[in-house]
Amino acid sequence: MQFKTMLKTLPLLMLATGLASAVHAADVKLGLAAALTGPAAKYGVAIKNGFSLAADEVNAAGGVNGNKLLLVIEDEQGKKEEAINVFKKLIFKDKALLVFGPTLSNSAFAADPIANAAKVVAFGTSNTADGITAMGPFTFRNSVMEADVLPVTTRAAVKHFGIKKVAIIYGNDDAFTKSGYDVFKGTLADQKIPVTTTEAYAKGDVDFKAQLTKIKASSPDAIVCSCLTEEAANIILQTRALGMKQPFIGGNGLNSPKLFDIAKGAGDDTIMGSPWSSENLTPANKAFIAAYKAKFGSDPDQFAAQAYDALHIVAAALKNIKLSGALDKDRIALQQALPAVTIDGATGKFAFRKAPPVTGKEVGYDAQQEAIVNIAKGGKFILLK
Amino acid sequence: MLEQQLINALSLGSVYALFALGFTLVFGVLGVINLSHGAIFMLGSYAALLLVEHLALPLWLAMLAAMLASGLIGLLVDYLVLKPLRARNAPHLAPMIATIGVATILTSLAQGLFGAENKRFPVGTIPEDSYNWGHLHVTAVQIGIVVISFILMLVLLAVMRRTQLGRALRAIAESPKAAYLLGINVEGLFYLTSFAAAALGGAAGVLVGLSFNAITPFMGQPMLHKGIAVIILGGMGDIRGAMIAGLFLGFAEVLTVAYISSDFRDAVGFGLLFLILLVKPSGMFGKVLERKA
Repeated sequence: MQFKTMLKTLPLLMLATGLASAVHAADVKLGLAAALTGPAAKYGVAIKNGFSLAADEVNAAGGVNGNKLLLVIEDEQGKKEEAINVFKKLIFKDKALLVFGPTLSNSAFAADPIANAAKVVAFGTSNTADGITAMGPFTFRNSVMEADVLPVTTRAAVKHFGIKKVAIIYGNDDAFTKSGYDVFKGTLADQKIPVTTTEAYAKGDVDFKAQLTKIKASSPDAIVCSCLTEEAANIILQTRALGMKQPFIGGNGLNSPKLFDIAKGAGDDTIMGSPWSSENLTPANKAFIAAYKAKFGSDPDQFAAQAYDALHIVAAALKNIKLSGALDKDRIALQQALPAVTIDGATGKFAFRKAPPVTGKEVGYDAQQEAIVNIAKGGKFILLK
Repeated sequence: MLEQQLINALSLGSVYALFALGFTLVFGVLGVINLSHGAIFMLGSYAALLLVEHLALPLWLAMLAAMLASGLIGLLVDYLVLKPLRARNAPHLAPMIATIGVATILTSLAQGLFGAENKRFPVGTIPEDSYNWGHLHVTAVQIGIVVISFILMLVLLAVMRRTQLGRALRAIAESPKAAYLLGINVEGLFYLTSFAAAALGGAAGVLVGLSFNAITPFMGQPMLHKGIAVIILGGMGDIRGAMIAGLFLGFAEVLTVAYISSDFRDAVGFGLLFLILLVKPSGMFGKVLERKA
């Protein structure tokens, strides 16, 4: 209790004593809450890179209406509690105009209500779970929901391999993998594809052989995997060790070069749907990939691409509003300008779409974007033709 | 399918048992629940990985070196953290809390040095052979895990039961003060125990890294939870109990997945733990706790 009060009064104290960090008057402060340490750091670091790259680009081109964009980056460690603390800090102490993040859907469910209560836009670039934008009108995301991607992916996979029945494996204690499972379950029912068996595992598990042996006995044509990359890589390897040859079908979580760092060639024939692909050779995407490689010396992934686009979306919205200097008004002006923004970015054509209505509650905005279906060949994902 | 599941259970159980061995040894001799055992297990895995990656050591040599490295880390933890607490006659809770701190430091250190992402042994360094009998699939790594775990367990058991050293250690477990009065080098044997326990933990780390391709700074935490369950099931400080309980937990988990549901796997494992604590707090076989008391 006392800690909470302290958190609330801390920014006031800082102001009163004149300790609040002095920033150039024409800087537009944008907060970023990302998991820079902890198990989700592989996503968070890519996200941070995507944002810094885009911010540098915007600033190098003279900023937005003459104002430079300043990213205030905080580590939320992929934990709910930290995400709440970081959101509070960015909103009340740093006085950010908007907050990007947090990295995991799990954390977003904890932190986004704070932004909504403070009337500050919380902009997720990697939150794909159902119900994120139902939390309030200030929740936005440019991450495409699994509910939009997975039906397309499943249909393409069924057609490609002539699949009659599938088995499912998923992580049952994570908001992202659980939500992906729910979507898959609905999708499979809609497309009338029988499920031979459904197996779950828990965060931190490394041995999946018991579940996979059970899946093997049910002899499915393919295995649907709602998993994070590294778990998926391990699951694929152990499936092959058990002498099974079924292809895998998955979502967003599988979309990382990491999958092949661990699974190598065993990952081939995996079908994955995502909003971004390195093989998608639009001019905007090519430019993004080249710039990312030049700045960070490594290949970008989907999370960097979505972060990169998110900053350009916000920059486009800022272009259309005149900042008054009154923080409360400017925050609301940004919230009102955002829904109309459309861009053609690294992830392709993008627009916002009002989230499905929830009775008695204002809702936020989801991404309206086409999913790209990929297949793994020779240790990387290529477009499924 | 049952045969395959039994093999899965045996290899999983062996890892649990090997991990719990060092854990229970430290408790038996030092009377300390060393919660940094998971972090040391993790460092063992990284040590072997580094040696294989950078020095291109053969696997068996890398494993021995990794055991030595984790043993030395365990020794260091004993010297820097546990010994000062012993010297001050700190209550039981103090070393336990202190080792949580050690675990946090070691985990963060590993994350800083190696990054948060999963690493695996380079392709070609692990034997990829697998053997098939009908629909049974057994990998060379699985066989290796079971064999190495059993060898290490039996060696430890033989040392404890049959040698002068083991007798001395058991005397310390009974009462460090009495052992000291009998002329046993108690402090030296404390160090040796910490070293051996950490080396066993490191060995388990290498085996897990080899078989599951999932070396991360955080791999110790879930294993630690399982380890706690195992040493409570087996009776705190009971080496033979930890072996049997480790295997038992492996079988319980795998058979739960096979015949009930994967949703209940951890519920069954930790439910058993709860039951044992209620019904027979000294462990499945245990007289150890009563004797210690």
